[in-house]
Amino acid sequence: MAALEELDREYGKAKRDPKFQRRLEELLRTYAGRPTPLSFARRLTQKLGGAKIYLKREDLLHTGAHKINNCLGQGLLVERMGKRRVIAETGAGQHGVATATVCALLGFECVVYMGTEDMRRQELNVFRMRLLGAEVRGVESGSRTLKDAINEAMRDWVTNVRTTHYLLGSVLGAHPYPTMVRDFHRVIGREARAQILKAEGKLPAAVIACVGGGSNAIGIFYEFIKDKKVRLIGVEAGGRGEGLGEHAARFRGGSPGVLQGTYSYVLQDSAGQIANTHSVSAGLDYPSIGPEHAALRDAGRAEYVPASDAEALEATTLLARTEGIIPALESAHAVAEVVKRAPRMKKSDVVIVNISGRGDKDIGIMRESLKLE
Amino acid sequence: MPLSFYKKPGMVVYVTCGDPDLATTRAVVLAAIEAGADVIELGVPFSDPVADGPVIQRASERALKHGTCLAQVLTLAAEVRQQAQSTGLVVFSYLNPILRMGMEKFCMVARHAGVDGVLVIDLPVEEAGEYLRTMQVHDLAPVFLAAPTSPDERLKRIAEASRGFVYAVSRTGVTGARQQVAADAKKLVRRLRRVTKLPIAVGFGISNAEQFAEVGKFADAVVVGSAIVETIERNRGREAEAVGEFVGNLTAVSLARV
Repeated sequence: MAALEELDREYGKAKRDPKFQRRLEELLRTYAGRPTPLSFARRLTQKLGGAKIYLKREDLLHTGAHKINNCLGQGLLVERMGKRRVIAETGAGQHGVATATVCALLGFECVVYMGTEDMRRQELNVFRMRLLGAEVRGVESGSRTLKDAINEAMRDWVTNVRTTHYLLGSVLGAHPYPTMVRDFHRVIGREARAQILKAEGKLPAAVIACVGGGSNAIGIFYEFIKDKKVRLIGVEAGGRGEGLGEHAARFRGGSPGVLQGTYSYVLQDSAGQIANTHSVSAGLDYPSIGPEHAALRDAGRAEYVPASDAEALEATTLLARTEGIIPALESAHAVAEVVKRAPRMKKSDVVIVNISGRGDKDIGIMRESLKLE
Repeated sequence: MPLSFYKKPGMVVYVTCGDPDLATTRAVVLAAIEAGADVIELGVPFSDPVADGPVIQRASERALKHGTCLAQVLTLAAEVRQQAQSTGLVVFSYLNPILRMGMEKFCMVARHAGVDGVLVIDLPVEEAGEYLRTMQVHDLAPVFLAAPTSPDERLKRIAEASRGFVYAVSRTGVTGARQQVAADAKKLVRRLRRVTKLPIAVGFGISNAEQFAEVGKFADAVVVGSAIVETIERNRGREAEAVGEFVGNLTAVSLARV
């Protein structure tokens, strides 16, 4: 608790400090590769025959996903707080890689917790983290995925709280994490809004993003919340079925509860035990969802729909072959939704899909599942 | 008032309920009471025990394998209460199972079962408004954890919200036995004394008679958790007997000094 208060205080100060903001902005530009382009998906648009589709290209960022936005922000906070040791959890490995990268850049010791099931399916990212000098600690408990990695990171943090910063990678956990992580990702929506206004002279009819914890989605949604006519659509992991344990669609099967310091929708059983989840995409495989998404949904401002494993894989192939972009399996869920939705929209409508990460890390799973040979 | 410590130091014993099954837990609890425990913490197993070390994590997994739930723990509490009228009973749980049952219903059933207090390990005092009101209505004692890293202002809040006793965590970190109980604990107890007249129980990491005696010199009570759970784990088939012996031996060094 004392550490959360310290973080809240430091973040509050940093937010108002022009020097901090300038340094972050400079790193985002000169190191991470911002701004990212907004690409018009010409062939995908033609193929689906409905709304005009634009892709926000977070996949082009350094380390291959939006995660670096938040890691650079928190990394600079760690410097301010004078801590030298950073820990993180990771599901797909993208946040772990981004954390390891920032720790290398700023000279911090780095330990990343990762479920052993995720280590198996995201082998390449495990090696990348180690190459960057991070220690990857496998977590054997529970379903051996993201949720269990967070548990272990929290245990490390309460033990070493005086020297260590927990660089949480999504809009989850106790205050100030959900708002702080959101703020570091708001740049996605700020850019996208300006870019679409420039390209089309109008706002999009819809913005679509995948939602695990929900960091890329809140990042691109936030700037559009005030634009009431823009539909905000989050896509959850529909997995391989509707039963508890077969998916990670919190708004379909979840109910309000508390997990890891966050009150939100949670997949749980009748006794309040947290359910296991399944998704082909490790980054969406989590039983709870960022509390701000729960609020947006309850207020009717955003809607949330599931896409199944099979739909995500199909969308991956489609995007690869129409646009020459191999999306991360997480982002492929958002693509799957535009595949369903665009044909039903007017040709004059514009829709933005957030391609939160690139698919290189998932090549192994795609190879197993798509059987192209 | 069963949440009191009749001897110095008092002893608080934690068990994970349903490990390996509820009948064994009941026998273990009664053996611990027989051997001198003043307060029993009935641990509700949870799927994601973020505040616990590996020993209690394993116990929780074993208990959940056959579906141990909060409602069963409350039934167990009622059974224990029938056998032991003067022992303090504290339900030790993560927040989510309680929310799922409903705070009001939980407090009602717990009070009816003869539970004295509740410790919700992942509910910080800052967020506890509604919980505290409901607990008060049902005459249940809320117990909160105070950590060595808590600033004075927070210790004060914790002390003011707590009833029965204040649980001082001997060091930062998760539950589990440690070779050395940090000097942190002594300092924390001193800081707490300045803000409360409630008894102070020190826990986290106490696993043998020497540590028990050492902590007993400055705390009103000593909490033993993971060491009990480990004793249960290591003594399949004779859990209650083993825990009885273990609890009996814990006070050996303190008694020898008297």
